[in-house]
Amino acid sequence: MQVWINGESRLLSPETTIRQLLVANRLEGRRVAVELNEEIVPRSQHETCQIRHGDRVEIVHAIGGG
Amino acid sequence: MHDQPFDDAPLVVAGRRFQSRLMVGTGKYRDFDETARALEASGTEVVTFAVRRTNLGQNTDEPNLLDAVSPERYTLLPNTAGCYDARAAVRTCRLARELLDGHNLVKLEVLGDDTTLYPNVVETLKAAEELVKDGFDVMAYTSDDPIVALELERLGCCAVMPLGSLIGSGCGIQNPHNIRLIIERARVPVLIDAGIGTPSEAALAMELGCDAVLMNSAIAHSPRPIRMAHAMKRAVEAGRTAFLAGRMPRRDRAEASSPKSGRIAAT
Repeated sequence: MQVWINGESRLLSPETTIRQLLVANRLEGRRVAVELNEEIVPRSQHETCQIRHGDRVEIVHAIGGG
Repeated sequence: MHDQPFDDAPLVVAGRRFQSRLMVGTGKYRDFDETARALEASGTEVVTFAVRRTNLGQNTDEPNLLDAVSPERYTLLPNTAGCYDARAAVRTCRLARELLDGHNLVKLEVLGDDTTLYPNVVETLKAAEELVKDGFDVMAYTSDDPIVALELERLGCCAVMPLGSLIGSGCGIQNPHNIRLIIERARVPVLIDAGIGTPSEAALAMELGCDAVLMNSAIAHSPRPIRMAHAMKRAVEAGRTAFLAGRMPRRDRAEASSPKSGRIAAT
């Protein structure tokens, strides 16, 4: 299925969870926050929340800024 | 000898108490080590940062800002820099709250365009209202318009932060009269956010009666940021102490400090 991760088109296997996506990108356990179709996915739901075809996922972190 | 020999009430923002009245950004430093040392030298307790997309599949071992700037040591103030409408700003704040495990203090800034970075007050007001309803403590970056500042307070913002001049310009406080009007009327803390370039300008902000100052470039873009951070700490303290002391009256004419009587050349 095709999804959008941080604005980039990606192909993922169906029923991929947020946690699996983070693991695949070596981001598990790091200080990141995840949004699915403009709604927050709380850390407690990463394991269960499944991504669907056409979804838009944002994964963000803290960087220097004023 | 004491560093600050005079009593001062702590700065209180949304029930959080701070001894330092200097808030510092984390952008534009050479590396995280320089960032950490500048924060240390500034004596700040509140540190701003930005929220951005992670790199996917590259540099995953790069150090994280939050490892250098410990949330245990500093009160973190995520910003919405780079947002040009209320929707993006609200989403960014929610991501920041998730990132910081429910920490709800945010610096709201909604910008008008990328050459002036001037606040879009219409979108700022819209975002402020939604964020306050959603349980955020909102420190709002705004123009130096006293009416807008009061409206942000009315909407429930916990601090209003008018610009001194444009973000990153280092042009100081362009309209001290407006800043004073805001200070006179606001009941929430007023901070100068943006425009401070030198310690004398930071001191001026505090002499005007600002509750605190927020800066980034003035420290980070100095050739020697650690020294400048130290100078800024002292300037904010000096300005605050001067405000509490009260300035001398202005006069149109000279008034001698030495007595007139007893001069040797007097007849």
